[in-house]
Order: sequence, then structure tokens, then C-alpha cells
Amino acid sequence: MTKMLVGKVTDIDIKGSRIVRVGDHEIALFRLSDGEVLAVENKCPHKGGALSEGMVCGSKVHCPLHDWRIDLHTGVVQEPDHGHVVTYEVEVDQSNGSIYLTERSL
Amino acid sequence: MTDIRKKLVLVGNGMAGVRAIEHLLKLSPEAYEITIFGSEPHPNYNRIMLSSVLAGGSSMEEIIINDLEWYHSHGIRLYMGHTITSIDTAKRKVYSDKGIVMPYDELILATGSNPFMLPLPGAEKEGVIAFRDIKDCQIMQETSQSYRKAVVIGGGLLGLEAARGLLHLGMEVSVVHIHPYIMERQLDEPASVMLRKELEEQGMKFLLNKQSEAILGKKRVKGLLFADGEIADADLIVMAVGIKPNVELAQKSGVQTNRGIVVNDYMETNIPGIYAVGECAEHRGIAYGLVAPLYEQGAVLAKRLAGVPTDGYPGSVTSTKLKVSGVDVFSAGQFTERTGTRALRYQDEIEGIYKKLVIQDDQLVGAVLFGDTGDGAQLFSMIKNGENIKGKEKELLLGVSSDALASPKGNRLEGMADDEIICGCNGVSKGTIAEAIQSGGCTSVGQIKACTKASASCGGCKPLVEGLLQLYAGDNVVTVKEGICGCTTLGRDEIVAEIKRMELKTVKEVMNVLEWNTEEGCAKCRPSLNYYLGMLWPEEYIDEKESRITNERYHANIQKDGTYSVVPRIYGGVTSPAELMKIAEVAAKFEVPLVKFTGGQRLDLLGVKKEDLPKMWEELDMPSGHAYGKTLRTVKTCVGSTFCRFGTQDAMGMGIRLEKAFERLNTPGKVKLAVSGCPRNCAEATIKDFGVVAIDGGWELHIGGNGGVHVRATDLLGVVKTDDEVIEWASAFLQYYREQAGWNERTAQWVERVGLDSIKEVLEVRENRLALQERIHTALSVTTDPWKQIVNEPELRKNFEQLSEMKTV
Ligand SMILES: Cc1cc2nc3c(=O)[nH]c(=O)nc-3n(C[C@H](O)[C@H](O)[C@H](O)COP(=O)(O)OP(=O)(O)OC[C@H]3O[C@@H](n4cnc5c(N)ncnc54)[C@H](O)[C@@H]3O)c2cc1C
Ligand code: SF4
Ligand code: FES
Repeated sequence: MTKMLVGKVTDIDIKGSRIVRVGDHEIALFRLSDGEVLAVENKCPHKGGALSEGMVCGSKVHCPLHDWRIDLHTGVVQEPDHGHVVTYEVEVDQSNGSIYLTERSL
Repeated sequence: MTDIRKKLVLVGNGMAGVRAIEHLLKLSPEAYEITIFGSEPHPNYNRIMLSSVLAGGSSMEEIIINDLEWYHSHGIRLYMGHTITSIDTAKRKVYSDKGIVMPYDELILATGSNPFMLPLPGAEKEGVIAFRDIKDCQIMQETSQSYRKAVVIGGGLLGLEAARGLLHLGMEVSVVHIHPYIMERQLDEPASVMLRKELEEQGMKFLLNKQSEAILGKKRVKGLLFADGEIADADLIVMAVGIKPNVELAQKSGVQTNRGIVVNDYMETNIPGIYAVGECAEHRGIAYGLVAPLYEQGAVLAKRLAGVPTDGYPGSVTSTKLKVSGVDVFSAGQFTERTGTRALRYQDEIEGIYKKLVIQDDQLVGAVLFGDTGDGAQLFSMIKNGENIKGKEKELLLGVSSDALASPKGNRLEGMADDEIICGCNGVSKGTIAEAIQSGGCTSVGQIKACTKASASCGGCKPLVEGLLQLYAGDNVVTVKEGICGCTTLGRDEIVAEIKRMELKTVKEVMNVLEWNTEEGCAKCRPSLNYYLGMLWPEEYIDEKESRITNERYHANIQKDGTYSVVPRIYGGVTSPAELMKIAEVAAKFEVPLVKFTGGQRLDLLGVKKEDLPKMWEELDMPSGHAYGKTLRTVKTCVGSTFCRFGTQDAMGMGIRLEKAFERLNTPGKVKLAVSGCPRNCAEATIKDFGVVAIDGGWELHIGGNGGVHVRATDLLGVVKTDDEVIEWASAFLQYYREQAGWNERTAQWVERVGLDSIKEVLEVRENRLALQERIHTALSVTTDPWKQIVNEPELRKNFEQLSEMKTV
């Protein structure tokens, strides 16, 4: 389990996303409109679309390729489609806005 | 550094005040340093929707209009949970209960109103509340988890909505009313009785003619004692017996008050630099208790503060509606009888329909409708106009002419005269609608709306329009009541009309006010709303890039492997060796895996990594080709008279001119143009959205073609002589399409839906063309080249790179 400083909250636009590469994993970090930062693997379970390029609506992201919807809290694909993506633990230091990412899955 | 901007302070963080600020920020974002004080510990929310929160339709989060980030990003200082306790009007300072002293140059009072609490003994007990804010709503929700019995005092609009919500929360609800019947301010007795029955069926109990005398219980409420000695058990008492403008602060600071804070047509009080808007204000003797007038006031105040000329606020005509599912109620004007008035009534207790008209001196002065409110709009407009209705009274009540009454199977709509107005808002007669159906080919209410404007505003006449459709189109009727996406039941036209009517200015606001059923919309409605707002308010609206589809957010085509393609603009398909060399060099340098000519005469550089995009654009230093968006894509041309032996006109020149005129234009769907130099049509102009074909001495203009899934050849719009006319007609056509079509609707679908004739009719009038052309100029004047912008602005450019900081801790 490794914890990494990956950037500042202000690096990510609201309802936007940025990516980091850790080893050969690409991780997408999203900033929701309420300020929360969430991270999932940047790969749609359907055909591998880059979720970081999708539209963020509430706490879900719409895959840019075929519009599958993925819940960013749980990583679960929303009905009528099925599947899930890996989620990562994110901590935001409220005093200076630093974002820390913890990888459990490696 | 001291801020030299003028200081604007707003007291009251509610619907009216913040609305005025939003307007002001759009008109003059830098003019003021803004501070807002609000007693409630929440950012600005939609109070109307508290009823819907209670009734289970929305969550608390969904009714927030502006979140904290909004205040922050506009540089507004917000003091939540601070109440202003006094104003020093001489020194221009306000004082908060938490010790903040804030100087101001301009001060807005938007303190709303306070619920009126009956001064009953015991009213201070735990469990006695009003229905006004989030806190009240939370108390009701919490109470419903551990207690069973609720009593609502007040059988008016608000009381009934509270009662409906409490029923939804699973409580037993009794409504106590001092009058013998409920909603007596809006309804007469028979209508009220029918409403009560309907609500009783939903589970509400009523205690009418009851005078409350005292609230029983030790610490917490136990019951309500009435003057007749009876007692109603209660674990919760909600008082909804009226509101009074909150004028205390103004009053003790020397601002002139009456029932509300007295303002003129510019929302100015008697003290220079102090304004009032919203429920706390009294304008020409009226203090409004509804949102629509407050929004109109806010718009006037914002203009005044921004120094923009305005005619002032003339007052509002209002209507109310009970937000309780399954009940239709309408009332207007003077609907109770007095000396000198006569009334006509129709009551059908089987269908649950009641109508009443009140007439004085041969004029309609009031009406009540229950169950079938379809005639409401028409009657309301007659009440306002004061026209003479002698001889037509029965017809108005029953919707049938006297002749038709006499005939055995008289259909009320059939019998109606052709010049009778069906849609009062837009003045559309029965004859116009009948014609739209019979010869205009309209087969749905939406189409009738699009071609006659009937039912396009308040929608009150929709049942009548549906009736006419049934009558004249019979089996051909297409029933479509689907929203633009799953987040709403509203269609495109309704949404656009509401945005215009209420001057909504952000995606979020539209979703809030039009009661979207999702948190932040979806990938379908967000881009549509963003488009409609940009189309309606080209100069004010700030484009929301987060609501754009992926291609438009990254200004390149996303490909199946997540790479992108870059297509520089090549006007009219005409290029030069230098331009070609530059493209070739960049392609080689970035190792572009595939270079291809597109179907629209341009070069496509495929397989580019996202992080390389800005660097490539920088080196290309060419305008963005917009090969990815809902916008003008290409203008295809043949060589025309420049080289071709058949050519009669300069097709390339015309193509380049069109492309330069319309590049970067946002449109509902992608738009492609083509220009051919003669009728041999080598540029295939007759399958384009707008095709131009040269003929001897002029140009043919074609519209609505498509080479996509359903190939469609164009319709001929007309023939013109000069190049300038081509531009004029193209501008008018494109702008009309922008204004009328739904998002994602290509011109081919649109032309088929509304019919060629309806488009011709508009465009054939020169004034219309010029007005449309002017509007398209405005829209085009605010566009910028997105590639240049991204190359130059680090804040935009960062989104193409991965996060750089990566330290293990
Ligand atoms: C449950 C409910 C349902 C409604 N339904 C509808 C409807 O369907 N249609 C409709 O048109 N209208 C409806 N209304 C009415 C509508 O909500 C009001 O007309 C509107 O909110 C008034 O706006 P305002 O800004 O004037 O006041 P408010 O929104 O009440 O804002 C005033 C704010 O000022 C704050 N304040 C007051 N004094 C001070 C002070 N001294 N210092 C700091 N802050 C202060 C208050 O705390 C309050 O937050 C409804 C109202 C309620 C309660
Ligand atoms: S359309 Fe006419 S002018 Fe143009 S290339 Fe073909 S033949 Fe020549
Ligand atoms: S790859 Fe994500 S929806 Fe198809």
C-alpha cells in the first residue's frame, strides 16, 4: 500500500478530471461540483474508453465512447449496463488542497 | 492594495436578492465588491421546492441554486448565519449580530417575509413550527420518524402543500381551517368542496370552521384546543396562516415602510443608496408573495446598479397553482358574487368538473375552474381585456355555441367560431390552428406549437389544442410527451420558452427552476441546455465547457483507442504548397500514424496523443478546423469558372467566403455546406445542409440535404442573383435553424419536421432575413479560435497533460 501526493485540488477543474500514471495503471481523478475528489481506473469496462474524457454529472461519469455511466464512489456501472471499475482512495488536505492517492490494489 | 470598486451589500441570501446579484454579475461583473449576509446557515436555495422536498420529489441538495463555489468564484464575500441588526444610513454601514461592521456604497434589502404565527398560548412549545425554510422542513422529516400525528393550521395553498408532504412522510394529517371551506381566497364553495373530497381521498382529514384557542402539552406539543372545547391530538403543529413582509430592520433604520418596504419602479427606497426587492418590498401598494414578480424586480434592479438603461418595473400579473399531484385548480379575478354581479355555473360531480363565471355589466370579471382547467388562459385574457361578452356567456361556460347546443351531437369545439381565441397568451384563433392541422400538416401539439405558437407560453390552452387536433387530424395524431431526456418531461420548445420567459442564465438554474429530476443532468440534456442558453443569450452567456461533449471539450475527434485526430481548417478546400508543407512537417515531427483526406476536402491527421494536441496546434499555427463539433464543418467546392470549362460562377471564391463567414458557429447539429460552379454539381451540393449551385446569372440555394444514415436530397429554397444575396440567405437560414431546431437535430430532420413551406414563409420576408442575419452576426462576433486559446492559456492547457506532481509519502 503506497500513499502518494499527486497534486492540488485546483489542478482539476470542477466537473473536470486529470490523470496520473502509476506504473502501467492510468488513474483518472475527478473533482465533483461539491468539491469532492474521487479516483477510478481510467478504463471503461465496455471497450476501454478513457473515463477521464467523459462528462461528469453529479457523482457519475458518462464514458465518452458509448455513454456507459459509472458511479465514481463505488466504481459500479449503472443500469442498463453492467460491470465495475477499480476505485482508489483519495484524501484531500483541507489546509493546502494537496491530493493524496492510496493504492490498495497493487 | 485597496479595492477601488464600489461596495455593494446584500442583506438576505434568498431567492430575490441573489437573483438580482446574478443578473448584475452578467451585466457588469467587475463593478462592485459584493458582500452578502444571510440569517440562514445555507447557500442560496430554491424555496419553492421545499414543498417538493417534503413530498419526496427532490432532495435538499437538489434545491441549492448557488453553491459555495459559486460565491467564491465570483469573489463574493458571504456571511451565512449572520443577521443584520441595524443600518447606519448616514455613515452607510450595516452591523451584524456577530459583530461584523460592513460599509456600503449601495445596499439591497431582500429580507423576504416571516411566516405569521398565531399568538396562541403555548405557541412556543417544542413541535410548533411554520413552513418557510430548510429548518422547518428538516423538523417535519425528523418528527415523522418518531411521531404520528400532525396538525396543519391553515387550509390555504401553503398549508395544503405542507399537509401533502406530511402525508408522504407517513404521518396522519389533519388540516384545521377557520373558514367553512378551504382555499377560500382562491376558490368558491363548490370548487373547494370538490378539492376537499379529492384530498380526503388522498388521506387528508379536515377540521373546518375551527377556531384554535390554545396549544396543549408540557414541554412538547400534545394537542390543539379549539374554542368549541374540542381537542385534536397533535405531535406536531405546522402554522401556515399567512406571511408578512420582513420590514423590521428597514423600519428601525428609517427606511419608509408600509406593509412592505416602499419602493419606486426602480426598486429604490426613500433613502439614497438603499434598494429593496422580493417579498419584503411593496411596489405600487402591492407586496408580492410569488417568485415570478421577484425575478422581474431583480432584473430591473440589476440594470439600475449596472447603469444600464431600463424602463423600470411596471408591476406583475400573477397566477397561482396548487402543487399537489392529481389536482387541477384555476381561479382568477373577482370570482365571488357581489351586488351587481351575476354568475353562471356548471357542476359535474361524476367527472369531477366545476366551472363558474362571474359577470358584471356584460363583462367577465372572474372565473373558477376545477378538474378541467383548459379554458383558464382564454378566460383570464378576457378578464384582463374587459371585452363585452353579451350573448356569449353560455358559450364561454360550456365551450359550445348556442347553435351547437341546439344540435344533438354538438361537439363544443366544432361549434366554436373560427375567430375565437384559443391561446390567449399568443392570440391564436381556432381558425389558425384548424388550418395548421388541415393544410399545414401538423400532427402533434408540438408541431402546432411550432407553427402557430398556440400553447407555447403558459400552456393553459393545451387541452383545447389537443381537442382540435383530435377533431381535425383524427387517426393521424402523433402523441409525443417525452422530454428531451430522462431528466425532465419537458420538450425542447417548452424549455426554450421557459428560459426566455424567466430569463434563466445558467444550466444549473434551468435544471433547478424547471425541476429536473436528476442531480446534475446527463450527457444529453447538459449539452442541449448549454446550446440553448448560448443561442438565446449570445453576448451574456458564459459557455460551460464541462457541459460540452468530449470532442468539443478537447477540440479534436476522440477515436476508438482514446487518441485524437487533428484537422486544420482549409477554406473551401483550397490550399497552398506552404500550407501543405507545414502540415506535412508537423505530421512527421509528431509521428502521426495516418494522414488522410477527409470527405470534406481537408487533411486529417489521425492517431494523435492527447498530450501532443496543444503542441501540434502551436506548431501548425492554423485555425481550428472544427471537424469534431456541432458547428460549421466544411464548405466543399468544385473548381468552378476559375478552371472548369462548364463553370458559370466562381465556386471556390463563394465557398471560401461562406466558410470564413460562418466558421466557429455553434449549431444544433453539425453543418456542412457546398458550392458547385454549375448544375453538373460536382461538389455534391444537393446533399448538404446548405448547398449552393451556380446557374447562368445567379445561384440556386438548396437546404436540408444529408449524406448520412438517411440520405436526403435538398429542397430548393430559392434562386438569387448576387453573391451578397447568397450570404444573406445562408445567414438567415442558418440562424433560423439555430433558433428553431432541437439540439442534435440536423437540418434534414428539422426541414422534414417543420416543413419546407414554413421555413420559406419566414425567409422570404426581407426584414426577417435581415433580422436573422443581424442575430447570427452577434452570435459569430463572440466566437474565438479554441486552439489558439488553449495554446495561450495554461489554465486550459493543463487539462491535456497528466498531473505532474507525484511523490510517495
Ligand atoms: C414552502 C413554500 C412553497 C412556495 N411555493 C411557491 C410557488 O409554488 N410559487 C411561487 O411563485 N412562490 C412560492 N413560494 C414563495 C417564494 O418562495 C417566495 O416568494 C420567495 O422565496 C421570496 O424570495 P425573497 O428573496 O424575497 O425571500 P426569501 O427567499 O425568503 O429570502 C430572504 C432571506 O433573507 C434572510 N434575512 C431576513 N432578514 C435578514 C437579516 N436582517 N439579515 C440577514 N438575512 C436576513 C432570510 O433568512 C431569508 O433567507 C413558496 C414559499 C414556500 C415557503
Ligand atoms: S460543377 Fe460544373 S463548374 Fe463545377 S466542376 Fe463540375 S462541371 Fe465544373
Ligand atoms: S467504452 Fe465506455 S461505453 Fe463503450
